[in-house]
Amino acid sequence: MNPEFIHSLQDLLPQIQGYIYPNEIEIHWGLLIVVYPYITGVVAGAFILASLVKVFNVREVQPLYRLSLLTALAYLLVAPMALVAHLGHPERFYEILLTPQTSSAMAMFGFVYAWYLMAVLLLEVWFVHRTDMIGWAEQEKGVMRFIHRTLALYSRDTGERAVAFDHKALKAITIVGIPSAFLLHGYVGFIFGSIKANPWWSSVLIPIVFLFSAIVSGVALVILLYMVLTPLTGGKISMRCVDKAIDFLFYAVIVDFSLELVDFIHRVYQSEEEIKILSEMVMSKLFASLIIIQVLLGMLIPLLLISLTKIFKKRVSLNEDLRKMIYFISVILIQFGIFATRWNVVIGGQMFSKSFRGLTTYKMEFGGIEGLLFAILLLALPIIILAVLMKVLPPWKEVHGEGASEGVEVAG
Amino acid sequence: MNGRRTFLRGFFSVLLSGGAIGGILKILPSKADAREAPPKGQKWYGFGVSVDKCIGCARCMEACKSENNVPREPFFYRTWVERYITRKNGTTTVKAIEPNAEALPETTSDKSILRSFFVPKLCNQCASPPCVQVCPVGATFQTKDGVVLVNERTCIGCRYCIQACPYGARYLHPATHTADKCTFCYHRISRGLLPACVEVCPTQARIFGDLNAAASPMSRFLRMNKIHVLKPGLNTEPKVYYANLDGEVR
Repeated sequence: MNPEFIHSLQDLLPQIQGYIYPNEIEIHWGLLIVVYPYITGVVAGAFILASLVKVFNVREVQPLYRLSLLTALAYLLVAPMALVAHLGHPERFYEILLTPQTSSAMAMFGFVYAWYLMAVLLLEVWFVHRTDMIGWAEQEKGVMRFIHRTLALYSRDTGERAVAFDHKALKAITIVGIPSAFLLHGYVGFIFGSIKANPWWSSVLIPIVFLFSAIVSGVALVILLYMVLTPLTGGKISMRCVDKAIDFLFYAVIVDFSLELVDFIHRVYQSEEEIKILSEMVMSKLFASLIIIQVLLGMLIPLLLISLTKIFKKRVSLNEDLRKMIYFISVILIQFGIFATRWNVVIGGQMFSKSFRGLTTYKMEFGGIEGLLFAILLLALPIIILAVLMKVLPPWKEVHGEGASEGVEVAG
Repeated sequence: MNGRRTFLRGFFSVLLSGGAIGGILKILPSKADAREAPPKGQKWYGFGVSVDKCIGCARCMEACKSENNVPREPFFYRTWVERYITRKNGTTTVKAIEPNAEALPETTSDKSILRSFFVPKLCNQCASPPCVQVCPVGATFQTKDGVVLVNERTCIGCRYCIQACPYGARYLHPATHTADKCTFCYHRISRGLLPACVEVCPTQARIFGDLNAAASPMSRFLRMNKIHVLKPGLNTEPKVYYANLDGEVR
């Protein structure tokens, strides 16, 4: 037994308010489980953004297409790491795949994840890049030539029929992909929403709220990456593209905000037995993360900022640089807001006692598996993976708007 | 050719949608893992708590910790006892009593107190256990005689069951890193002995036995008392029955 761990629990004792069941002092799902829905949310959101191009034919955001697919893939690869790392017995994680219990929402993770990775993302990424990889391999030498050959699975056919098949396949995969992305993140919401013991989680709206906050975080992150990477790689940011993407982000934030407001009003109006302890928690333990970061900084201020650009764009032509800055600030604020949303769901759901008589507290560690350092590492890892992916499958032609017209025809 | 294609398309879509609906139906029922009480003659264990008899001596907590190798620190309990004090102004305060603590102050002299009592708590061994439903690997399961157990060799320590338990009856064992909770002292009851807490209770506030038995302390307890269970609205169907339970208790 770890004496430090016992010591840390003892430190929490004076901070308990009211009465909690004695076993409740330890917050079981910590920072790692906050990171997990944040990351899967980005995956689902980025994919939905990509599907705007392929299925809904939004030509303006074509430069974001490959970038968002690669972002989704990079984040998806990291998602299970947070889960496995937080287990008491990480070495037994395979049990969940080999002997899953069908009644458990969590046991379905392996299947939902595998479906999304194999049947949707990898396939789509492959079909998108197949002809390019063949082209690159022809011009390259050495290792990169080998990598591209292998990744293209040694296909060499760039004839008209093969390309036409690629396009057809892409459309089909994206159409399957949209409900799959919904499934992936709606499912993550269900893991929490189906726990009847916990009134903070137990709500039919939770999967839907998760879904929309996922779209918000994914779209915002891809816009952020686009705005940072394009100038860094010598391209020019297409304001047509960013304006359009911000439009979608704006509506997604409105829907997300309304849903959360509906949930809030519903709870307050119904005012069931847990309402006292929940409002106490919101007003004390979650005040900074929920009221300030999630609602004010993460939603209202970005909404206000983006509305300003919309209002003034028509009357006075708003300076492009100013607009860029406003967008940039908004998408960063939104990232913090959505991370706070995950925090409030996961940590908030464990800070009140199921006796509804008291509150415990969460003390974040710095080092160790459940600590801040490891969480930051997990959040940085997708960016590193993305850098590698972009080295192997460079999206620059599209990001810089050079191959755009070709892509639009594909979408048509 | 076209006819065959249409047929095949129809056939596979029916197969797919049928499979999906069937799969959902299989997963959906909340009682997928609940056991119905077996017929008479087979064991179906239950537990009784006479709230009025408990004197808060904490011997049950001591006995449980020794019997089941529960860590001694005050953050891990398979069973615990709560003390409720309701004052005349309507406020209720609750405290879990600590074993080895000094004797609790008398409440009779404090005139602001309306009523006070002790409530022993333990795993409710639900007939429809949410912890079993959510366990991703089936490490927590219900025995034929209705006791919910954890297999510490297959538990992956994901703690989903701890989240799903409405009663705070589970904890993560700091040494094994697996979920742990009251087993009704399964190693004792399967040999015909009583659970340790029942054995040591000096006032017989705790009663244990086969709910299917025609004549036993347990069936007598259920016959002679007005019975309540904890959080009945959650439909977990607890098998720990309380006599004279106060409405303040959750």
